[in-house]
Amino acid sequence: MTTSQQPRSYPFGEAVRLDLDPTYEQLRETEPVSRVRLPYGGDAWLLTKYDDVRTVLGDLRFSRAAVVGRDVPRASPAIMSRPSILNMDPPEHGRLRKLVAKGFTMRRVEQLRERAQDLVDGLLDDVEAKGAPADLVEALNMPLPITIICELLGVPYEDRGEFRNWSDRALAITAFTPEEITSAFESLQDYIAGLVAERRKSPTEDVLGTLVTARDEGDRLSEEELVNFGVTLLVAGHETTANQLGNFTYQLLTHPERLAELRADPDLVPAAVEELLRITPLGGSAGFPRIAVEDVELSGVTVKAGDAVFIGQAGNRDPAVFDRPGEIDFHRENNAHVAFGHGVHHCIGAPLARMELQVGIGTLLRRFPTLELAVPADEVPFRKGRLVRGPDQLLVRW
Amino acid sequence: MSKWQVQVDREACIGTGMCASSAAAYFRLENGKSTAVQDFVEPDELVTDAAESCPMEAILVRDGDGVVIAPEP
Repeated sequence: MTTSQQPRSYPFGEAVRLDLDPTYEQLRETEPVSRVRLPYGGDAWLLTKYDDVRTVLGDLRFSRAAVVGRDVPRASPAIMSRPSILNMDPPEHGRLRKLVAKGFTMRRVEQLRERAQDLVDGLLDDVEAKGAPADLVEALNMPLPITIICELLGVPYEDRGEFRNWSDRALAITAFTPEEITSAFESLQDYIAGLVAERRKSPTEDVLGTLVTARDEGDRLSEEELVNFGVTLLVAGHETTANQLGNFTYQLLTHPERLAELRADPDLVPAAVEELLRITPLGGSAGFPRIAVEDVELSGVTVKAGDAVFIGQAGNRDPAVFDRPGEIDFHRENNAHVAFGHGVHHCIGAPLARMELQVGIGTLLRRFPTLELAVPADEVPFRKGRLVRGPDQLLVRW
Repeated sequence: MSKWQVQVDREACIGTGMCASSAAAYFRLENGKSTAVQDFVEPDELVTDAAESCPMEAILVRDGDGVVIAPEP
């Protein structure tokens, strides 16, 4: 297969609301493994077929650890130098992950459903009491996942003002300067290090406490790994779900037929969440590259050892796997989307995110049967220059 | 050392692919869900790690005496 002479620029442009750039579809037809040029670090391969995406995510011949400290293709200037669970390969990755995996199993998360429900009920009581219009980002989408992850990790909820600010900057691509991004990460590290120090004085049973015990009594991770793990869990534990709550609500309020269907049959909420996970491109930029550690053939193209590969955002819209992939359909029989990834890095918080999204979206629709956007859909402000997409503000009335 | 028994509950499995990636010698995906490559294996931490990391707790590992060694309750 021939590839174009001049690699396309990637990302294709600033993400527009929840639209998937049409270039993805075009590339899947003509060049499913295509050469792209990143703003920093050179050229990479971009994938658009579901099968190739699954292969790269699940195959250890593609490494995340190989990006650390290297000038790999990327969307932001800073070179990734902090080892974290997100950029470790097996067996190191498994050594860390299994330390906390038990706290995030489906079984454990189901025990939190009642707590999440109480929380959402209380938050929506406040929304009702204050009256329309309400900004769901501040009223529901942020407080729900932040409260839950704080309780799980053992992070004081009253510190949210600070860590939200750091987290927002830490996950920026172009919205802040590289210095601001680095400094935000350092603030998060200092903050978690403080909580770790407290646990050495008085031990706790929460996830941070579990990690401190694993370090101090079992020497199962380094101090740097411990702190960075805490940072990753705190940031990933709320940014993604908070933004998806806003994205999903926006999707539903701008697709009245699907909204009506869901209101008429609340039992569809879990399937609706899966379908919205599939169709909503959460990524706002290029995402995390993987590096081939040996030559691998993908859709007839040889990806050479050392080459960088981006999985892009198009796998979940591959018509070879999903009928009418651009349509929201709550009745898909086998919705094996890769919204949470696949393979060793499959999102540890997936059961938690699913539960929070089901409770959040389900309760919102039940409590406010006439919910609608308070501004025209194309005037809803979306965050820019970030790793994940989401509304800055989501004004609704009822 | 006697062999370990590996069982995958395919009803519980949601096909994250974690076990099949991290311990490919022991697990593979069949129709999107995990299955044990062999029912009895030589002891290997990769197998118990996979069981400990599964979000659905769908992997059960027993030692030669039939005692469950992963996942921990």
